[in-house]
This record gives sequence, structure tokens and C-alpha cells, in this order.
Amino acid sequence: MLEITLARRLVGGLELAAHKTASTSQPIERCPLPPELVISLHQHGGHSAVPVVDVGRRVLKGEPIGKPGPAPSAAVHASSSGRIAAIEERLVPAGNCLRRSLCIVLETDGEDRPYRAERADPWPAERAAQLERIARGGLAGLGGAVFPTSAKLASANSCRMLIVNGAECEPYISCDDMLMRAAPEQVVSGARRLADLTGAAECLIAIERDKPQAFQAVAAAARDAADARLKLVRVPSVYPAGGERQLVELLSGEEVPSGQVPSDVGFVCQNVGTAAALHRLAEDGEPLISRIVTVTGGGVAVPRNLEVPIGVAVGRLIEHCGGYAQGVARLIHGGSMMGFALPNDTLPVTKATSCVIAAGASEVRQGGESWPCIRCGDCASACPVRLQPQQILGAAHGADFDALGALGLDDCIECGCCDVVCPSHIALTEQFRRAKHALGKHRQRRALSESADERFRRKERRREEEAERGRAAQEALRHDVDAGEAARQAAVHAAVERAKRRREESQH
Amino acid sequence: MQLRTAAAPHAAPITSVPRIMRHVLYALVPAALAYVWFFGYGLPINFAIAAGTALVTEAGVLKLRGRPVRPALTDGSALVTSALLAFALPPLVMWWVPAIGAFVAIAMVKQLYGGLGRNLFNPAMVGYVLLLVSFPIQMTQWIPPRADDLQFPHLGFKASLDYSLAGRLPPGLTVDALTHATPLDTVRQGLRAMETFSEARAGSLFGEFGGRGWEWIEGLIALGGLYLLYAGIIRWHIPLATLGGLLAPAALLYLAEPSRFASPGFHLFTGASMLGAFFIATDPVSAAASDRGRLVYGAGIGLLTYAIRTWGGYPDGLAFAVLLMNAAVPLIDHYTRPRIYGHAKR
Repeated sequence: MLEITLARRLVGGLELAAHKTASTSQPIERCPLPPELVISLHQHGGHSAVPVVDVGRRVLKGEPIGKPGPAPSAAVHASSSGRIAAIEERLVPAGNCLRRSLCIVLETDGEDRPYRAERADPWPAERAAQLERIARGGLAGLGGAVFPTSAKLASANSCRMLIVNGAECEPYISCDDMLMRAAPEQVVSGARRLADLTGAAECLIAIERDKPQAFQAVAAAARDAADARLKLVRVPSVYPAGGERQLVELLSGEEVPSGQVPSDVGFVCQNVGTAAALHRLAEDGEPLISRIVTVTGGGVAVPRNLEVPIGVAVGRLIEHCGGYAQGVARLIHGGSMMGFALPNDTLPVTKATSCVIAAGASEVRQGGESWPCIRCGDCASACPVRLQPQQILGAAHGADFDALGALGLDDCIECGCCDVVCPSHIALTEQFRRAKHALGKHRQRRALSESADERFRRKERRREEEAERGRAAQEALRHDVDAGEAARQAAVHAAVERAKRRREESQH
Repeated sequence: MQLRTAAAPHAAPITSVPRIMRHVLYALVPAALAYVWFFGYGLPINFAIAAGTALVTEAGVLKLRGRPVRPALTDGSALVTSALLAFALPPLVMWWVPAIGAFVAIAMVKQLYGGLGRNLFNPAMVGYVLLLVSFPIQMTQWIPPRADDLQFPHLGFKASLDYSLAGRLPPGLTVDALTHATPLDTVRQGLRAMETFSEARAGSLFGEFGGRGWEWIEGLIALGGLYLLYAGIIRWHIPLATLGGLLAPAALLYLAEPSRFASPGFHLFTGASMLGAFFIATDPVSAAASDRGRLVYGAGIGLLTYAIRTWGGYPDGLAFAVLLMNAAVPLIDHYTRPRIYGHAKR
């Protein structure tokens, strides 16, 4: 019997307009292969992969083109067959920003010939070998943060609860929803493999309430699997219920201590997409070379989800979805709350690309008027971390770094809830990001000056000790000299005495 | 294709300062209509004078401070301050009373502290209290409610305007003939004179709970407050705590000695109780910030209001209570900061 429970209520958070039905009314479709793929070697958090191919070399679909760098890292593979046209630095979307990264430009041959048709060696039995295969398979968290899966699992010692995250709370994004509807058995099988790897006694699959179809599909697949560790949890449709820390609180009632990560206290969170990717890697030997991307927003003709080979330009996705519909005000990578705006549509899809929103003017915040903070406290009520954003803002304006630390700026997850509810339209999240940066710099400076102080004190101490030693040596020398002098005088005295005695004897 | 970028979040904000102020003003409309019905045209005249003064003052001070004028004038906050002041003033006063009140509220309490969001004290309440202690005669010129069985003279619109602007009354009428002690004052004097509560409130000026007319206005103000709660403009903590802080001692003492203390219903439906709980104490700028802090803040206002009404020198004490708790806000905020996620209990 499959256990289905209800998660706790989220503290703070927002019930935002979901904007998801537009993209879920169409089935997932495969994105056609473009003539060129730009595959970043920084597909994941941690260290970039190291290229193992040269320009001009022919590669097959799924062939490794980058090996994992120093941990945490993961391999990168050719998403299709073709010829390496260039290896150069380009701007690519990473976890939460654009960054420059070494990219492998692949000229596709349109044949999509697979690498090693006979498939790789069977899935190993012991954990270390499995983790190594996961790193070589290029697995990274597909929820958007793309932390290397092998590293996350390796650090998960004494895991009490495995959380497979299908909450997908951000507006617009529906790739996890569609994956759970289309391939629930892959999600469940991957979840069981993750449970094996972490040794967790409980494996909770968390799905938001507004995804009844996905929930039913996964529930059916979980029943078929008949694994006692599997449990399903309905999570309230409140943003950001799908954040790692929030999900841990919703599912266990415990909090992840400040400055630590969930795995430090026995929780491991993995996205449903990552679970499915693990299933495909273990069952079919298929590395992570494609992902589901939601293409949506008022600025795209036919919003839908696409199965996209890694490296396709964002503009190609829009084209395949009927092109731009009307004036596009902003192109957003990720969701409308935590995603970032793209400067153009030639940037490639990476493993972090869960969603591309071509947003119309009415869908996004425009610069416009803003007012001073009226201390309404709506930001504090919306904050899932229970911060007091209005007080942090004051401390940030005054560059009061001690107050910023005490008010918990480091604990801000940058979810953006405070921004959305602020009646004064203050860009709180952006100012907090800047304040975090400034606080980091301030701490660095302080650490530097403290270590300089310490060095100076040590040097002073050393100098004093040396002076002390010098004085002692001098003292000892003087003592020796004094002793020598006394001996000399005694000897002289003795000699004088002897001479005196001899004189007296000769006189007799 | 080149596109403009902007920082996350991209979702549009769901409310704005002008929208909040607009809703506060809307919520006062039913009570204002009832006010006009029972007490004549003093309220709209006082509001117009206060609003005009407030806007001119705000524009002038912002010019002097070298700050942009337009956003401050269009945010609606000066109008809300003026409306609250107009509700607090007696209907029968000359023009300079609301004008001085609004000038003090905007120039000294709001702009001298740095403008919207920076003031420590509620501007309308400082303006009101200043008028109350400076012009005690004018500030107690309350008039009795209009009712079929009450034979008090009432002024029409033109006569009201005439009095406000020029101090002229229609022939044969004096201020004394028009004015009457408020229910709160009547009960206070009665209880001081060792009458019982039921004796003190026996006159025809009293209704079911509070004063006649007043209880309708209070009820409509409460209704407006509930609308603000429903619309998400205010949250429940301050109104509930304020009314609770007022009701708890009122109920306890009334149960103990029903003859010597006014009833809880009387306290709730007279004076500025409802206006204070829903519209004045909820001014976010001068209130405590966290939910817990707001409970403390509201309860403090309720308790102090009761104490001043019962043992103090003024018939109503809400304005003083609000200002005293305004002063306590930094302390309350310091001690009621919520525990941050992932931090141990302090």
C-alpha cells in the first residue's frame, strides 16, 4: 500500500499565478537537430569539465567530449554526432547567471549516430563505482542549480530521508510536471536507485497540489514498484515550496541549520528529472545529453515542452514553437521569480535550462515608479526564511555590515517573494544580492586585516623574545667575563703571593 | 535579436502604495456618509481644508528639500492623513483648526523626519493632539446627533461653510446652542460624580451600545476595516490586539463592578475605538514591523486607551495611546524579531 501524505504549510511564500496550463496542453516534442550545437564545458556547478577532443575530430552521439575536472564536477558529452568545429570561450547560461565558459562547438552531421551501440558495461554493484559512473555520465541536478549529482550523493552520509523533488513551484515551468506525466516509471525507478545509493530508509516524492495528473501517474508507477521506502507527498502550491530548505521543513518539520546544507543533517534532495536521468544512465547507459525545456510565455506562438539536445540555441526552441508571437519584452532563462534575463536568443541550452520564457510586456515588471518603504511588513510575511527584509534594506543602505550579518542576510535564498509583494516596488532581492557581495568583501577585508594584525603581533613578540635572548646572552657573557676576570685576578694574586714567598725564602 | 535584461524576480508586483492609500480612503466612505447624516457637513469641509493644506504643505516642503514633488503628492498618503484628522476633529470648528493640524502633521511630523516612511509618529494623531492641548475650547465643540426625537438645531451645508470660513452663525444661534458633550465625556463626568454607569448613560443621546449616531459610524468604520482586511490592505494583528487590549480590562472591571465602570460595548462603540483599531493603529509606518510585535503594539494601544479613558484627564485617550506606542516601536521591534529559518532559538 502506497503511503500518501500531506506536507505541512509553508511559512510565508506566495500563491502566485501559475501560468503553467499554456505549456502543459501540448505533449512533449523532440526539438529537431540544428546544424550547430554549442556545448558548454561548465554544464554543472563546481569545476568545469576538461576537453578530451580536438578541433576537427568526429564524435558520436553520447561520446564524452569533456572529462570530469577536480570534484565536484561531471563529464560532458556530444549531444549528437558530427565534427568538432571549434573549442572557444562563449557566454552561456549557468545555474543562476550568465558566465563565460569554454565551449565545444559541434557541427552536426544530421545522422545522430550513437556512441558504442552495444552499450556500456553493466551497472556496477558497489556504491563508489556507481558514483564514478554517475560523474562520467554527466549527471547534474536538473532542477536548475545543476550541482554534480555524484558529488551530492557522495557527501550524503547517514541519509535519513531522500526527497525526490517534483514540487516545481516556480511559475511558468512545467518540465517536471510533463516528465512525471510522460515517464513516471523512469522517475520512480530513478528514485529507488537514489534510495539505494543514499541508504535512505524513506524516499519521499514531493509533488505540488496543482499537478493532479503527474501525481496520479507517479502514484500508479510507485504502486507497481511496490517498494516500501517510497512515499508520495502532496505539497501546497505555494512558491517557494520546492526550494530545498523549504521542502525539508515541509516534509520533516526540521530545519536545515544556517550555513549548512541538507545533506549535513541527513536529507538529500534530488529533482525528478535527475532521478529519470539516473534511470536512463543505469538501464540504457545513456549519459545526460538532453533535457526537457519548457518554452512558454505570451511572446511565443505555441507554448509547449521540448526534449532538447544540450547545446541548441534558445532561438531555435522558440522557432520550433511557432516563433515569437508579439512584442517580446524579456527572454527569461528559468522561472519568472529566480530566472535571469538573456541578452539575446543565440545562447545555448545547458543542463540548467529548465525553462525559457518569452515574456510579453504585461508579464514582467517594468522599471516604473517606486516609493519609499512604508514599513508595511508584507515582505516579512512573505519571506519563507522569516527574515525582516525592510530592516535588512535599512542596514544595507547604511552599509552596517554587523547588522546585515545579525539580520540574517546570509540566510536569504533570493526567492524574490519580498519584491513581488512590496507596495513601494523596491528591488529588494537585487539589493540583497549586492549587499551579500559587499558583506563578503567586507569579511574578506576584515579577515585580511585581522591576519595582518596577527602577523604584526607575532613579529613584535618574536622581536621581544630575540631582544630578551640577546640580553640573556650578554648577561651570561658578562658573567663569564666576570668569572674569568676573577680567576685571572686570583691567578695574579696567587703568582704575586708565590713570588713574595720565594723572595722571603731566598732572603733567609 | 538583442533584448533588454533586468534582475530577477521578473514577476510584476501585486500592489502599490497609491493602491493601498486609495483603498483606505474607499473604506472610510460609508462611515463618512453616516457621519454627514448624523452630524452635518463639518467632516467633508474639514477634510477638504486639511487635504488642501496637506498637499500644499507637502509640495512646499519637498521643494525646499529639493526632492521630487509629484510622486509624493500622487501617492495618496497626505489624503489619508487628512481624512484621519478630519474624522478626529469635532465637526464644528473654524478653518484654521484643520489647517494647523494638517500643516503640523505633514510639515513637522512627516517631512521633517524625512518624508513618507520615515516618521516615528502617526502624523494625523500628532496633529490632533497638538490641537487638543492648544485649543481645548474649539476641540470640544462636538454636536449632538440628528434624530427625530432630538430637538437640537443643525446647520446646513452653506451655514457650516460660513461658520468654518468666517466664524458666522445664523441669527439667533450660538455655539453653545449647537454643541453638546460627547457620550464618552457625559459618562466620564457622570461616573466622576458618583453616578452609576446606567444612570450616566440614561439620556436620550445614548443608543444600544454607545452614543446614538456614533454607534452607526463606529459600526460602518468597523465594516470598512473588515473590507481592508479582506482586500489584504491591513492584517488582523493590530486591529484584533487593539480591540482586545481595550475590551479585556473593560470586561473585567465591568463584570467586577458594573455600576462604576462603563460597559465593554460602550467602550467599543464610542470615541475613536474602531477608527483607531482599523485605520490609525494600522498605519504601517509608525507601527511595529513583525506579526508578534504588532500584537504587542496593538494590545498596548488598547490598554492605554482604556486607562486614559478611565483614569486619565481626557475623555478619549486613543491618540495619546497611539503616540506612546509609536515611541515604543523600536523597542518592540528589537524584542519581537522572528527566529530566522535554521537559527537556534535565542
